[in-house]
Amino acid sequence: MSADVVSQPAVRGPQAATVVLSVNGRERELRIEPRVSLLDALREHLGLTGSKKGCDQGTCGACTVWVDGRRVLACLTLAVTCEGREVTTIEGLSADGSLHPMQAAFVDRDAFQCGYCTPGQIMSAVALLTEGHAGDDAEIAEWMSGNICRCAAYPNIRAAIRDVRDAAGGAR
Amino acid sequence: MRALSYARAADTGTAIALVAGDREAAFLAGGTTEVDLARQQVLRPGLLVDINDLPLDGVEDQPDGGLRIGALARMSDVARAPAVLARFPVISQSLLLGASAQLRNMASMGGNLCQRVRCGYFRDVASPCNKRDPGSGCGAIDGMNRGHAILGVSGSCIATHPSDVAVALVALDAVVRTRGPGGERDIGIDDFFLLPGDTPDREHPLEHGELITAIDVPPAPVARRSVYLKFRDRQSYEFALASVAAAIRVEDGTVAEVRLALGGVGTKPWRARRAEAALLGQPAGQAGFTEAAEQELAQATARPQNAFKVELAQRAIVRALNTLTNGDAR
Repeated sequence: MSADVVSQPAVRGPQAATVVLSVNGRERELRIEPRVSLLDALREHLGLTGSKKGCDQGTCGACTVWVDGRRVLACLTLAVTCEGREVTTIEGLSADGSLHPMQAAFVDRDAFQCGYCTPGQIMSAVALLTEGHAGDDAEIAEWMSGNICRCAAYPNIRAAIRDVRDAAGGAR
Repeated sequence: MRALSYARAADTGTAIALVAGDREAAFLAGGTTEVDLARQQVLRPGLLVDINDLPLDGVEDQPDGGLRIGALARMSDVARAPAVLARFPVISQSLLLGASAQLRNMASMGGNLCQRVRCGYFRDVASPCNKRDPGSGCGAIDGMNRGHAILGVSGSCIATHPSDVAVALVALDAVVRTRGPGGERDIGIDDFFLLPGDTPDREHPLEHGELITAIDVPPAPVARRSVYLKFRDRQSYEFALASVAAAIRVEDGTVAEVRLALGGVGTKPWRARRAEAALLGQPAGQAGFTEAAEQELAQATARPQNAFKVELAQRAIVRALNTLTNGDAR
């Protein structure tokens, strides 16, 4: 038994425990229970309210962030599982306070009405271009289908994505 | 969500020992089903053992022409793996027609096989459900059951198995490799999915603490020409009302080899063995395809709300076979 114990990883919880997250390039230390989602950790504990809580059950995409550069749903991710990984939110998309080209394109194209889904749409849209799935409108629609817009700004969202895709220099 | 504890395992043996040693423990991979259902209190794990650091995420060619898919390979990575695209396009297509880009980046292949049903009564803890709460009854049999199964149903449960890729894997005779407290074993994928019978709470033969480590796909030259067709209420990001995984080889106008499996209509990913038997050795064409599809669906038990699935599944089979034999398969 003692040999097993040596290899046992630390068990944390159910009470709050220290969790260290790297968010937008900055290390942040939190005291949270293991059941806390990445979305709640970002919004309620780190004050990063850009990522939105729509359905909280993996259906709407409003909470889309990147973990290690891949777009995922923060509501279905437990924050503690992100230790040792890099989390990027809409707040970290552009480093110097200027708009990311995709953010600028969403403004130019009026790609939202209420704006609640927009941070998730943009995090998905930038990832979409990196993944190389923005060939035509049908492909954009398919690969953006995990981001619901109840204002139905879809034509304008696709236009914004096309603009960035086609921009000189191929902004990512 | 119930308060829970968490541990991240660095090696497979430790992960298995941790889960096996605690009746309330569960493995945590992509979490797309587990975190969702824990929040609904449909699942109530007391300890989650995070297995995402385990080295089980490869997609490897096998010397015999088969494929070994690591249990922690993500749906998105498997879908674009060159060996999958070249030799088993039906696997890639079925993956890309499931979920959303975000979920495919998260969800593991092992977790995909273990995902729970989308039946609204299962997901609602206030409703009776023999799968969630054995003996409590079934809300779906006389309730809202438009999306429910017509094949493999029982008086206890008619929930549809939701996976797409499992349908392709059943057609391909994949093998589920596991490791548990009692050692390693291989489970043929058709035996991995259990019919509900009187025990719908038991969906697969895994023991507590037994972990899927890989999915082996045996060589199948017929699968180079394969297709996954999916029919649903909206064009993307939706579960199947009916789907078909199909591969066929025709020689001199006669069906020499065929693989058929159905999704969206069965309580498990449904290998269409009756249709396969009816097709083999017969002329490849509309008449034979239709006859085979009707034979498969003759065993269906439909309810008023989901009776449309009988014809939908038949037509889906015929469409898939026509697609492959007319030379316009992807």
